[in-house]
Amino acid sequence: MSSTAKKKGFGATIWDYLTTVDHKKIAILYLIAGTFFFVVGGIEAMLIRIQLAKPDNDFVSAGLFNEIITMHGTTMIFLAAMPLLFAFMNAAVPLQIGARDVAFPFLNSLGFWLFLFGGIFLNLSWFLGGAPDAGWTSYASLSLASPGHGIDFYALGLQISGAGTLIAGINFLVTIINMRAPGMTYMRMPLFTWTTFVASALILFAFPPLTVGLFFMIFDRMFDANFFDHINGGNTVIWEHLFWIFGHPEVYILVLPAFGLFSEIFATFARKRLFGYSSMVFATILIGFLGFMVWAHHMFTVGLGPTANAIFAVATMAIAVPTGMKVFNWLLTIWGGNIKVTTPMLYALGFIPSFVAGGVTGVMQASAPLDYQLHDSYFIVAHFHYVIVGGIVLALFASAHYYWPLMFNQMLNETLGKITFVFFFIGFHCTFFVQHFLGLMGMPRRVFTFMGGQGWDQFNLISTVGAFLMAIGVILLVVNVIITAIKNEPAGRDPWKDGRTLEWAIPQPVPYYNFKQTPLVRGLDTFWIEKMEGNKEGMTYAEPISDIHMPNNSFIPFMISLGLFVAAFGALYHQDTDKTWSIPVLIIGLAITFASMITRSLKDDLGYHIHKEELMNEKGGKH
Amino acid sequence: MSHDVEARTRSKHEYEYARKRANQGMRNQVTVFAIMIFLTFIAFAAVQAGMSAYLVAPLILLFAAVQVALQLYYFMHWSEKGHGMAQFFMYSAAFIAFTMILAFVTIIWW
Ligand code: HEM
Ligand SMILES: [Cu+2]
Repeated sequence: MSSTAKKKGFGATIWDYLTTVDHKKIAILYLIAGTFFFVVGGIEAMLIRIQLAKPDNDFVSAGLFNEIITMHGTTMIFLAAMPLLFAFMNAAVPLQIGARDVAFPFLNSLGFWLFLFGGIFLNLSWFLGGAPDAGWTSYASLSLASPGHGIDFYALGLQISGAGTLIAGINFLVTIINMRAPGMTYMRMPLFTWTTFVASALILFAFPPLTVGLFFMIFDRMFDANFFDHINGGNTVIWEHLFWIFGHPEVYILVLPAFGLFSEIFATFARKRLFGYSSMVFATILIGFLGFMVWAHHMFTVGLGPTANAIFAVATMAIAVPTGMKVFNWLLTIWGGNIKVTTPMLYALGFIPSFVAGGVTGVMQASAPLDYQLHDSYFIVAHFHYVIVGGIVLALFASAHYYWPLMFNQMLNETLGKITFVFFFIGFHCTFFVQHFLGLMGMPRRVFTFMGGQGWDQFNLISTVGAFLMAIGVILLVVNVIITAIKNEPAGRDPWKDGRTLEWAIPQPVPYYNFKQTPLVRGLDTFWIEKMEGNKEGMTYAEPISDIHMPNNSFIPFMISLGLFVAAFGALYHQDTDKTWSIPVLIIGLAITFASMITRSLKDDLGYHIHKEELMNEKGGKH
Repeated sequence: MSHDVEARTRSKHEYEYARKRANQGMRNQVTVFAIMIFLTFIAFAAVQAGMSAYLVAPLILLFAAVQVALQLYYFMHWSEKGHGMAQFFMYSAAFIAFTMILAFVTIIWW
């Protein structure tokens, strides 16, 4: 394979992306797929808000409404927020730590394709007899009683995409432990790398309980096992425990990387070292640990008893302490900084009050007696949208602007970016702020309509108007992307001029081997140190130019995932006695997967080398 | 290969040091292996001797815990340098699994 970039045809480009093991291209795949699912989930959200715009509305039927809310939540958490975060992790983390790629490039690609096929499988339920309808939490008593195949699509689809997530998490753990450049000690890692590390550890510990729970669910529905059926000695509450032992850490899997992204943005645009770096690291780890000790705060009303409720209430409130530390550190980073209000910084500034509002309602809900009032009301809906939209989605939009030049060597339009922010931010608060009051006034969550004249009409209408403002914001962002792509102006290295970390030190477009020479890291904010010392190249090198070993592209991850996708259909239709083809399909699917795995094991794939001479000839190579 | 090949021979002292360490490692592994066999033997003997289950069960659990620790520290080299991360993750996992089990036995099953 040659390193000289040739202009490729369309088909060749597609094939390149289907087989790529390059973290930068996998980042783009995650970005595209995550955006697609974000739009799907967004359309579902708009349908929900249209239905609830006025009392006694019949825009959608009750059954369809249940399918829409279930798919909205599931899609947004598993198929939009997580993959979009993986997009930025893949784009930035290997570069931040001075690595040529992740530790297992093949597994990186496998993780992506498993997620994508799982997501497609789940969404095909819309066309194959109805989507799941028991909420994203899929509580067992409800989901075991659900007719049709919706819940089976949920369980099997999440099982496949969950395997992809687990693989991606393990990959980042190994990458960050083993692939750091010389001098990149743990306490010199940029905060986005740190939060990726802790979030990956949470993935490692949190996804297995979900896998177990989903398998129990699959067995109960497909083979009449009785894990959750109390009539036959099972226990429906066990599902709730397994789900939330996964589910609460999951919210931190999402929000910690968002914290990391904002930490980078604050430091960059306040043009100041992040305040309290070591306390930020400590707080991140502490949140990770406490995140596993609090799951039952989702189950206060189950009847666990006052002792259990009290313990989990106190543990939950404790999380507010490290979270508060982070907020103060961000404020003190901005304090006295030389602030430049770019689009990412605007999002970051909007994030602080929004996320704090969500955190405060969280601490309110942590008080078990009060939660008896708040539980399953619109107050809960307001809370988790304040943390998820006000924290994670704002972080994703901010980083889309911030990292766009890193990923595509183009700069999104700043003016349009700020207009996008205004629409989205106002729309967000308009949609969700009033829902606090709806909840306190007694409006339950997950209802398909409500009776007029209870004082809920106005607030619901305001909420729907807000949702449309957010939709305008999202459309503007898409327009921005299209305009930028058509203009196609190269942004060059360090486009924000204030980059502090290694990813900005690399020439643009980023060479496919990332670093011609592995950098030597001489402190926190490596690139900043070099810049301040007048080093034009932005890096000190740890090695002379020498051959670089690279992995080959591979189509096998796609095939492994495709096999599981096919097998899932066999498993799903196995319950229908008239579908005799289900077992053969199951076997064929598994055969594809295992054949692909065996090919991978038996065929030696040693990769290739980029030779020293070639590297020296590369433009920019002047050593 | 990412770097140019560099050939290097070990000095006599280095060689002897490495040998001594390997010997020490071997001795530790054999000793630990013997201890593990011995513990297993006692466990079987306790059952055979027909002692009370209230004595035998905790005894076996204790021996199991000791054997897991020996396995990790000697056969999987935790007692040597450079295994800090693995230890940290294993202890974290054990801690989290413990809280889960504690919760299950206290608020779900009994
Ligand atoms: C200070 C931090 C937080 C506290 C004290 C807290 C507390 C709580 C409590 C007690 C509940 C259960 C309420 C109920 O159902 O009755 C809850 C629900 C929820 N929280 Fe939080 N939370 C915090 C932060 C977060 C974050 C950062 C996220 C997401 C990134 C999040 C996402 C959610 C979600 C999705 C639910 C609803 C789950 C459902 O029933 O569908 N929370 N929170
Ligand atoms: Cu929670």
